Amino acid sequence: MEYDINFWLKIAAVSSGGICMGLGAMGAAIGEGYTAAMANEAISRNPNNSGEIFKSMLVGQAIAESASIFALVVAMILLFTNFEATSFVMVWALLGAGLAMGFGAIGSGVGSGFPAGAACLGMSRQPAMGNKLTTNMLIGSAVCQTPSIFSLVIAFILLFTNFDLRPLWPNWAAVFGAGLAAGLSAIGSGIGGGIVAKENCEGISRSPESAGTATNIMLLGQAITQTPAILGLLVAFILIFRVYPETELISPAFALLGSGLCIGIGAIGPGIGEGIASSGGVKWISRNLKHTGDITRLMLVGMAVAESTAIYALVIALVLIFVV
Amino acid sequence: MAIEGTDLVRAAAFLGAGLAMGLGAIGPGVGEGMAAAKACEAIGKNPKEAGLLTRTMLVGQAVSESTGIYSLVIALLLLFVV
Repeated sequence: MEYDINFWLKIAAVSSGGICMGLGAMGAAIGEGYTAAMANEAISRNPNNSGEIFKSMLVGQAIAESASIFALVVAMILLFTNFEATSFVMVWALLGAGLAMGFGAIGSGVGSGFPAGAACLGMSRQPAMGNKLTTNMLIGSAVCQTPSIFSLVIAFILLFTNFDLRPLWPNWAAVFGAGLAAGLSAIGSGIGGGIVAKENCEGISRSPESAGTATNIMLLGQAITQTPAILGLLVAFILIFRVYPETELISPAFALLGSGLCIGIGAIGPGIGEGIASSGGVKWISRNLKHTGDITRLMLVGMAVAESTAIYALVIALVLIFVV
Repeated sequence: MAIEGTDLVRAAAFLGAGLAMGLGAIGPGVGEGMAAAKACEAIGKNPKEAGLLTRTMLVGQAVSESTGIYSLVIALLLLFVV
């Protein structure tokens, strides 16, 4: 029994759509659950402010939900588009697109839940700071969503690029590896960005006078926390847009697949770690505003050291693409 | 497509190098972040000892970094030696 390429495209599209939505649903659900738990705790502490806490819980959950809505969109496209191609590279591109968006939604979903939960708790402690807390929750959550938007971009590029002229070996590994690089590298930065924003919301509710400084430091910390996801995006772009000559060997393909896995998995730890480092800085600046300079300097040094392992992963990924 | 033994070994070594550095980067990244977060806390509580605390943080992070460097060494060995 012979199966043609359209059969395999359909198989890849439906399985990839399922994996995409399955993975993509995890993070948002965890983040929203955390927000709801914190909102309940907040209302039990201060029932008089329950209306505002309830409202900010729903807003926070809606932002966390957006990551899994991206995954839903990509899954729908995979299920209901009739993909046509003459090269089997497209089969792997469809699989890569599903994995990119599925993994990419996990971090942002979990991360966005943290500031929303902390804002709810903060409103029970300092009802007067409600507006400021809502603003900071929105800023923090929005930055948390950027890694999942990177993944969405890569998923769309993989879905709608024409790979017909590329030979199967080793290009199947390049497109599949690009999906893994973008998807996995988004996990750490999403969670890390959320931890930073959480401490910012908590700090504002404890010492409202520190709001301005602490918010600046939060944005600085979140920006650096995004860098591992940006390194993953960079490797994904190189893997997709560089044309690899046809080969009879299998090792070049596995070098490209290894490159995607290396920067993808390697970016998770530094993303979370930089988030933890920066959350410590933001937390203690709001409690000890006088020593903002000392704490910021130490925070940046600590984050730079945590970044070093992501740089090692980038070096190995680039060596796998360009040298071996 | 004919599969040769040396080609297969190289393919496995390349995939292994990617996995070694990728997985090996998770632990040091998280651990060094925790060290930095606690150092920020310590300076927040006791700003006078900033120099001592920074030194301790860096030494601790360097030790935590060592496992990342082991991964880097193994990845480079897999790429260029084996």
